[in-house]
Amino acid sequence: MMTLRMALRSIGANKLRAMLTMLGIIIGVVALVVLVSLVNGATSSVTDAVSSLGSDMLTVTISDDKGLPVDLETLSDWSQDQAAVGLTAPSVTASVTGKYGSESDSFTVYGTNAFYDDIAGLKLCMGRFLNSADVASHTRVCVLNYKAASELIGYTDCIGEQISFNGMKFTIVGVLAESESITTSMRSSGYIAYIPYPSLMRLSDSVSEAVTTFVVSAPDGRSIDETEASLKMLLMERFEMDDDAFSINSMNILEDAMSSITSILSILLGGIAGISLIVGGIGIMNIMLVTVTERTREIGIRKAIGATRGTILRQFLTEAVVLCMLGCAIGIFLSWTILRIAAVIASSLSMSFSLNGTVVAVAVIFCILIGVIFGLYPANKAAKMKPIDALHYGG
Amino acid sequence: MIDIRDLCKFYTVGDERVRALDHATMHIYPHEFVSVIGPSGSGKSTLMNIIGCLDVADAGVYLLDGVPIEDYTENELAHIRNEKIGFVFQSFNLIPKMSAEENVELPLIYRGMGRAERAKRVRHALERVGLSNRAKHQPTELSGGQQQRVAIARALVTNPSLILADEPTGNLDSHTSAEIMDIFHELHEQGNTIVLITHDNDVAKQARRIVHILDGRLSEVSL
Repeated sequence: MMTLRMALRSIGANKLRAMLTMLGIIIGVVALVVLVSLVNGATSSVTDAVSSLGSDMLTVTISDDKGLPVDLETLSDWSQDQAAVGLTAPSVTASVTGKYGSESDSFTVYGTNAFYDDIAGLKLCMGRFLNSADVASHTRVCVLNYKAASELIGYTDCIGEQISFNGMKFTIVGVLAESESITTSMRSSGYIAYIPYPSLMRLSDSVSEAVTTFVVSAPDGRSIDETEASLKMLLMERFEMDDDAFSINSMNILEDAMSSITSILSILLGGIAGISLIVGGIGIMNIMLVTVTERTREIGIRKAIGATRGTILRQFLTEAVVLCMLGCAIGIFLSWTILRIAAVIASSLSMSFSLNGTVVAVAVIFCILIGVIFGLYPANKAAKMKPIDALHYGG
Repeated sequence: MIDIRDLCKFYTVGDERVRALDHATMHIYPHEFVSVIGPSGSGKSTLMNIIGCLDVADAGVYLLDGVPIEDYTENELAHIRNEKIGFVFQSFNLIPKMSAEENVELPLIYRGMGRAERAKRVRHALERVGLSNRAKHQPTELSGGQQQRVAIARALVTNPSLILADEPTGNLDSHTSAEIMDIFHELHEQGNTIVLITHDNDVAKQARRIVHILDGRLSEVSL
C-alpha cells in the first residue's frame, strides 16, 4: 500500500514524462482493444446475416444402408415422431438435359419433397414450390431456379409452361427468386430444377426408393449442433453403429469459413497491436532506466536508512507496473469512447461495436506483464546499487 | 558500544593498493560525544562507512552493541542500519518531492511500523529539532539549516544506538552551524551517542573526545 502511494507520488512528480511514457502503452491498448472489438462486431453482424440465409441445414449422405434403406416414408416418420429432428427432405440430384422449344442445356435436377424450400431457405419469385400432393401423386411438375427461367425460357413469368427433361415433359409451377440463399448459389451456379422425388426415380435409373442424400433442419428451439448430435445417434442405431455408413455435413461451412477468417483477422490485428504494446513497454523500460540513474542518490539515501534490496526492487517495479496500468486504463477508456463513436457511425450498417470483455482482460493482463517484464531490469539495477556508491553519486 | 579492533580496509586504485584504514582501533562508550577529525583522504569516509554499516572491513573486528558486524548480507546490514544507526550527512540527503514529515517517516516505514505509532514518533522527532511548524514543507522550501534539522530528526526517529554525522555543518554558514551544533549538544545531553566526523577543528573541539585520523591510523587526543 505504502509502495503504491510512493509510486503514484513519484509518477506524479513528473507528469509530462509519465504521460509521454504512457503514450506508447495507451496507443498499444487502444489499437488492441479497438481493432479486435471492431473485427468481432463485424463478425457477429456477418454471421448473423449468413445464418439468416438458411444455413441451419444438415445434409446426410448414406453410403451403405445395411439392408435398411431410408425411403420417403422413413423420412416423414422421423420428422413426425422424433422431436430430435425438424423437417426432412430428400436431396438427390441427377444431371439431365433440359429442353424448351428449340433451346436445350444441361440441368441439375433435385428430387425432393415439399419441405425442401423451407429447409434450404429458398425464396420464390413466381408461383409455388412443390407440395405434398405433387409428391404423393408423382406429378410431373418442376420449380426452376431464376437463372434457368430467365435464360433458357427467356422470361421469369413462365408458370404453366412445359419443359422437358430427358424427353419427359414437366409443367413449371414456380420460379425461385434471383437472390437465392448463399448456400444454394455456392452449390451450383448452373440451371437447376426441383421436381418431386418419385418423378426423379422415373427420370433417372440411378435413383431408387432408397434415398441416399437428404437434408434436415433443426426443430424449433434447438440448435443445429444439438440436432446433428441426435441425428447421428438415430443413424448410428439404424446402421449397426457403423459411422462409415453415413456422413452428416453441416451447412455451416460458410459460417465456419467466415469465423475462421475473422478469428485469423483478430489474431493478426491483435498481434500487430501487441507489438505496439511491446514497443510501449520498451519505452517504459527506457524511462525507468533514466529514472533509476537520476535517482541514484535517492536510492543511496533509502538504503542508508534501512531500505533492503527487496524494498527498492518493489518500489521501482511498482512504479513501472503502475505506469503501465495507468496507460492501460486510459487506453481502455479511449477505446470505449472510440467504439461508442464507431457504433454511432456504423449504426446504419447494422453493425454493433462494443467493448469486448475478453480483449479488455487480455489487454490488462498484457499490460501487467509488460510492466513487470520491462520494469524488472531497471528495478533490479536500482536494487543492486551499493549504498556507498549511490550516496556519493554526483556529489 | 562501538568496539573497533585492528580494522583494515584496502582499495585498489589502478595497480596501487591503497590502505584506507590501517589497523584502526577505537572504543566508543554509550552516551559519548566523539569527533573524528582528519584531512581529506585520511580514511575518514571509510571509517564512517564501516561504522555506519554501509561497508564492511577487509580485516579486523567491529562490534556494534556487542554484535560483530562482518560477513553480513546486504539485507542484514540494511536492517542493522535501520535499527541502530541514524545518519546525518553533509549534503542533508533528504529525498526531494517528499515533505519533511515524510522524509522523517521513511525509516519507520522500512521498519514496518504501524501508521499511528509512526505519526507519533515523527511529530516528536520534529519537535526535538524545532521544526514542528515546517512538517508539510518540501526540502526545496526549507533553508539549509532547516534541511539539516529534518535530517537530524530522521536520524533520531528510530531511536538509534548511534548518531553518525558526516560533516554535518560542512554546507552551512557559521551561524547555522552553531545552531546545528547546539542541537547535537542537546541530543548528547539527552543521552544519545554521537560520532561526528569532520575536518574542521572548531567543530571537532566541541566534542568531549577527539580522535585524529591520518593515513588510516587513529590516535586519541585527550583534552
